[in-house]
Amino acid sequence: MEAVFLTFILMLSIFVGFELINKVPATLHTPLMSGANAISGITVVGAISLAGTGQQDLANWMGAGAVALASINVIGGYMVTDRMLAMFKKRGG
Amino acid sequence: MESSQLGIQIAYVVAAALFIFGLKLLGSAGTARRGNTLSAIGMLIAIVAALTDQGIVDYRFILGGFVIGGLIGATASRLVQMTAMPEMVALFNGFGGMASLLVGAAAISGAVDVFTLITVVLSILIGGVTFTGSLVAYGKLSETIGSGAVTFKGQQIVNSLIVIGIIASAIMFCLAPADPVWLYAVIGLSLLFGIMLVIPIGGADMPVVISLLNSYSGLAACAAGFAVNNNILIVAGSLVGASGIILTQIMCKAMNRSLSNVLFSGFTAVSDEKVEIEGEVKPISVEDAFYVLEAATNVAIIPGYGMAVAQAQHVVKELCELLEENGCEVNFGIHPVAGRMPGHMNVLLAEADVPYDQLLEMDEINPRMETVDVAIVIGANDVVNPAAREVASSPIYGMPVINVDSARTVFVLKRSMASGFAGIENPLFFKENTRMLFGDAKETIGGLIREFS
Repeated sequence: MEAVFLTFILMLSIFVGFELINKVPATLHTPLMSGANAISGITVVGAISLAGTGQQDLANWMGAGAVALASINVIGGYMVTDRMLAMFKKRGG
Repeated sequence: MESSQLGIQIAYVVAAALFIFGLKLLGSAGTARRGNTLSAIGMLIAIVAALTDQGIVDYRFILGGFVIGGLIGATASRLVQMTAMPEMVALFNGFGGMASLLVGAAAISGAVDVFTLITVVLSILIGGVTFTGSLVAYGKLSETIGSGAVTFKGQQIVNSLIVIGIIASAIMFCLAPADPVWLYAVIGLSLLFGIMLVIPIGGADMPVVISLLNSYSGLAACAAGFAVNNNILIVAGSLVGASGIILTQIMCKAMNRSLSNVLFSGFTAVSDEKVEIEGEVKPISVEDAFYVLEAATNVAIIPGYGMAVAQAQHVVKELCELLEENGCEVNFGIHPVAGRMPGHMNVLLAEADVPYDQLLEMDEINPRMETVDVAIVIGANDVVNPAAREVASSPIYGMPVINVDSARTVFVLKRSMASGFAGIENPLFFKENTRMLFGDAKETIGGLIREFS
């Protein structure tokens, strides 16, 4: 049942994603991409529990590595997107 | 469900809502920054919730990961130049892929049923392909390795063998998960496959590749979400996956090519039909160009990757201001695949303080082109090539282009007459109303600015 439930979530999110992204204007495609990059750093959430088992085995180390890599995405992605979006200005504004 | 578990799940729902709302606000330049902040808050909520998980007994590894990753990410985001955004996004895509690979691989001990094992394999496969594919894309974009397409004889056979190898090892792994040999085989072959996928793709097709890898990094997170049974990973991952796929479609459409054509055309030699071009190339001096521009009342500027290479966005803005002071209307025409990633030119011009409502998309600028006195093409080639409309045998025939040749006069800023990246002849340079301004774009525009002042 769990698998079906998760697949359901997957399907709905993909549809929402398509609807939302289709409305993003071409001007903002680079910030969209780096912002999406930051969101894909969500893997950090899955990595946290693997890095916190306290087993000090290979899986634990892999979890810690995943936390580090995904944090690069999260922190770097959101910060650089903000830096870019701050530059977009309207005429006369 | 325990109350702490319930709390975590509710936090994930809130985070998902914030991601969706954040993406919605990205739909307009005025609200985009707020959208990004909302999305970041969603991420913070999700991370804090994950940290309260009762299963966590040791926070040292987590903290270490945060500190290292956070420092690298923060430093990179501050130091990166806007012209280098494509490389940075490519690299970040790769990190996301590798993180998902590691999560998938680390989740094996908890995988009990075949369904979970399959999702583990998927997160390793997609994550691995994303990682090495992105590294190759990064190398090509930053020119640390050659940006050209790398092809060799029997490439298709090698790739087919890799795919068969991946499928076989994946099946063996699902049947006998205790034997790590098959796992290592899947990891190794996925990493190899990522390299093989991207090396045959040339620099000019990078907007497609980088969008596709963006999508993969989301799908990898999605697969990792299945592997560790976490729905926020699935929601966020599929949002990113959908975003990347849409951008890929837009890029392909803008080049009038199918995705498979972009990905695999490196394998088939481009037909070398010589196009007979009549007329001659007419150079113009900076001084003469100035007189034409001084008399112009409507100017359109069409930037391309060459503007990024020459770092000319700031002088372009300066020229734009001088023209406007002179009573001239200035607009920018941005082709969807100008530059090395979607929206690349827009970010560069935004950096130079060009207002975004002055940046027109191809469909907006083309109908106005006949009223334009001077169209200035800066470091763009294929996206203004009239052969796409006129020459049926051209490799880019059918690709929508910005019709600068309809303008009264066209200035083309170009380094030399050597043919462009794709090696396609451009009849625009030989047209009656075209004048060539040879030299470095930044210096040429600097010269025009000096003439004005």
